Amino acid sequence: MTVIHPNLEQLDAKMSAKDVSVFYSEKQAIDNVSIDVPTGHVTAFIGPSGCGKSTFLRVLNRMNDTIPTARVEGTIELDGEDIYRSGMDVVQLRARVGMVFQKPNPFPKSIYDNIAYGPKIHGLAESREELDEVVERSLTRAGLWEEVKDRLLDSGTALSGGQQQRLCIARAIAVDPEVILMDEPCSALDPIATAKIEELIAELTDRYAIVIVTHSMQQAARVSQRTAFFHLGKIVEYGQTKDIFTNPIEERTKDYITGRYG
Amino acid sequence: MAEHTVKAFDEDITRLRGLIAEMGGLAEVALQDALEAMARGDETLAEKVIAGDKKIDALESEVDKLAVRIIALRAPMADDLREVIAALKIAGVVERIGDYSKNIARRIGQIEDRKRFEPLTLLPAMGELAGEMVHDVLTAYAARDPDLALEVIEADNKVDAFYDSIFRNLVSHMVENPATISSAAQLLFVARNIERIGDHATNVAEMVHFAATGVYPPDHDD
Amino acid sequence: MSEAIISEGIRPTRTDEFRRRLEKRYKAERRFKLAGLSAILISVAVLIFLLGNMTFNGLGGFQRAEIDVSIDLSQSGIAGDSSTLSGGDALQVLQRQGLPDVVQFYAEQSLGEEAAQGISSEAWRDVANDIIADTSILREEVTFSLAATDDLASGLKDEGSAEMQALADRLEADGVLASNFDPGFLARSDATSPQKVGIWGALKGSILTMIVTLLLAFPIGVLAALYLEEYAPKNRWTDVIEVSINNLAAVPSIIFGLLGLAVFLWMFPNLRSAPLIGGMTLALMTMPVIVISGRNAIKAVPPSIRDGALAIGASPVQVVFHHVLPLALPGILTGTIIGMARALGETAPLLMIGMRAFVATAPDGFTSPATVLPVQIFLWSDEIDRGFVERTSAAIIILLLFLLLMNGLAIYLRNKFEKTW
Repeated sequence: MTVIHPNLEQLDAKMSAKDVSVFYSEKQAIDNVSIDVPTGHVTAFIGPSGCGKSTFLRVLNRMNDTIPTARVEGTIELDGEDIYRSGMDVVQLRARVGMVFQKPNPFPKSIYDNIAYGPKIHGLAESREELDEVVERSLTRAGLWEEVKDRLLDSGTALSGGQQQRLCIARAIAVDPEVILMDEPCSALDPIATAKIEELIAELTDRYAIVIVTHSMQQAARVSQRTAFFHLGKIVEYGQTKDIFTNPIEERTKDYITGRYG
Repeated sequence: MAEHTVKAFDEDITRLRGLIAEMGGLAEVALQDALEAMARGDETLAEKVIAGDKKIDALESEVDKLAVRIIALRAPMADDLREVIAALKIAGVVERIGDYSKNIARRIGQIEDRKRFEPLTLLPAMGELAGEMVHDVLTAYAARDPDLALEVIEADNKVDAFYDSIFRNLVSHMVENPATISSAAQLLFVARNIERIGDHATNVAEMVHFAATGVYPPDHDD
Repeated sequence: MSEAIISEGIRPTRTDEFRRRLEKRYKAERRFKLAGLSAILISVAVLIFLLGNMTFNGLGGFQRAEIDVSIDLSQSGIAGDSSTLSGGDALQVLQRQGLPDVVQFYAEQSLGEEAAQGISSEAWRDVANDIIADTSILREEVTFSLAATDDLASGLKDEGSAEMQALADRLEADGVLASNFDPGFLARSDATSPQKVGIWGALKGSILTMIVTLLLAFPIGVLAALYLEEYAPKNRWTDVIEVSINNLAAVPSIIFGLLGLAVFLWMFPNLRSAPLIGGMTLALMTMPVIVISGRNAIKAVPPSIRDGALAIGASPVQVVFHHVLPLALPGILTGTIIGMARALGETAPLLMIGMRAFVATAPDGFTSPATVLPVQIFLWSDEIDRGFVERTSAAIIILLLFLLLMNGLAIYLRNKFEKTW
């Protein structure tokens, strides 16, 4: 049973999950999880390895559809619409709910093409000028424009790790999503690049609902306003970040946060 | 409570607690000795108390350093964090308790003709009560016992009552015997110091409660 | 043992025993390197031997014994200009005007009757072609290098009858007979005499057949590989298909010939020995190779690229064609090179479907009778006339050059598409 902190403000949920369970063949990875994710906030998922936080994240944009043995029960709603209902267009869903991965994965194309790909396939820009605009806007928002504006035709893979990750974030926001899912976005980066990305997340918070899965509790503490602690496929505790880290209610949460777990 | 996966963290916390306990013990003894010295007029004992205060100060400095180091290196969270912050504040308060005991010891030389002061006999009782408060609050800290802390906070009322009574007594004494004003004034200060010790013990109790439960006791006026 | 050593404070890696073992490891390393180097040297030696042998034997195949004859066309009575000699019947026009006799006459005049016999009876055609190409020479006296007869050619090589050898020696001493570079070898088609034979017919046949093979095998192979890797559900049926395709790649090529005979020739009975049928048969053979290498190339594309594309909202088809295929293309092209190289050199299946006919002219199109280089080589190697030996080696060189060209093109394409990720 998820313990929800009393201090947690009741906000309109951009995405909400109700009684969601995920199975891989017979093995259950997520057990009856319910959680609301509001817009304009960063929600962090923390928990030990294998607790299901990445699995749950991928359920939010139906990326686990690519795994044939995966089965999802329960309801997940985006703006009140069930994303697993039979008429749902997965392609459109993924344009509305973007994802940034642990290891930066820019396409092996030019920087320009990396950003332009999404808007092109979704038909979001009608002319070359509009496309240029979208590219510039996305790169600026991602804090990368000044660094790459003179070499937009260079390959995306020629950038440093931190720049590649910011490129991936720019790529995600180029299609104007409503939710951004981040799966340990900084775990492959050095502290300076990490700090830049955290600052970027802070700047993006107003426009999007951001969900970040992280192994680093310090990062969750720095970056998020709400935190959910996952353990063995359940959410044990969910509350404001400052409450979770200064005064957690559940013993398991306390043990994990203070380093007494394992 | 389970141990930290990184053992050095446990060792640091244990050492922190040990320092606080040591400080607290020294402060307790300082108070007892000061009151005894005052009762017997023992100036040698008074000197010992005054000299011993340096040790308490040194320990406070050590607690500061250790607490800062733990925060920097271990990134304590939740109850570990509260414990470290509480230890930092408690050390400051215990150091002040030590200062008050030193202050009491200093004034002993100033009090003449002790036998004639009636209030002088009340002071040991008040001092003992304050001493118990200090002892109990340090026990509560060691045991992370919020209930004991609450008891200590209750006990402060008695100490305050003692102080009011001694105050009235000494004032009327001074009015009746103006020649004794300087000595009586010293006793007033001593009583005031003991009352302040009681208040400080209450502060420590509040922080012990916070460290243990995450909230300050009810009716906490900040 | 190691515990005792540790307790004495000596690390296990510092003992003499360890040093000895280390020395043995280094020795094994050196032996292995030596073995590898020897293997490479042997392979290179074999390659050099093969190529050297071919080149040595084949160089002579690019030459032809020719006799120089000077013909004064202005006096010959042959008339014509670009208008009369432009049609397909130009050769007949010139023949009717008596060009063959003119050539014979001048040959006898300048060389004597015996030598004139040594000129190939078809030599007048070369003169005719030169006239058709440039009618202005009809006003001039031109020296033509005319093909000698097969016997005289053998005589020049010190083979055949003694008379011919003597005649050849005499003519050679006079400077009239020589072995010249024969570019016509690359322009003519199959013939019965080694002096008149050319490789162009077989070369064009090979080109046409390869085009058909590529156009059939590449799209089908690549699309099959894409489907099997990206879309097909993983169940027993797909396992069976995978095993079948792997086995198909190992089937002896002559079986495909039988298949071609049974199915394609039954479907198109009058297209026997056409490049179309040959191409279809070879496509059957090449397709499994492309599928296998295609699948491996597609498997090698990291899932992170697919995830990235999916997450941005690309449909599965867009993921495959915009992201997976471009990255898999180098590997697919490599597999195609291998498959096509094998197909180029295949003889058995094409023999079975009848591409062994004697084809005197180059094929017009995909449906005309043709032969391919390896078959031509095979047929020539069967000939009795000694003159064919050099021609056969020359044809092998042409085949190798063609192969090299094809591979070079594919490698160029592969490098162009090579992207780092």
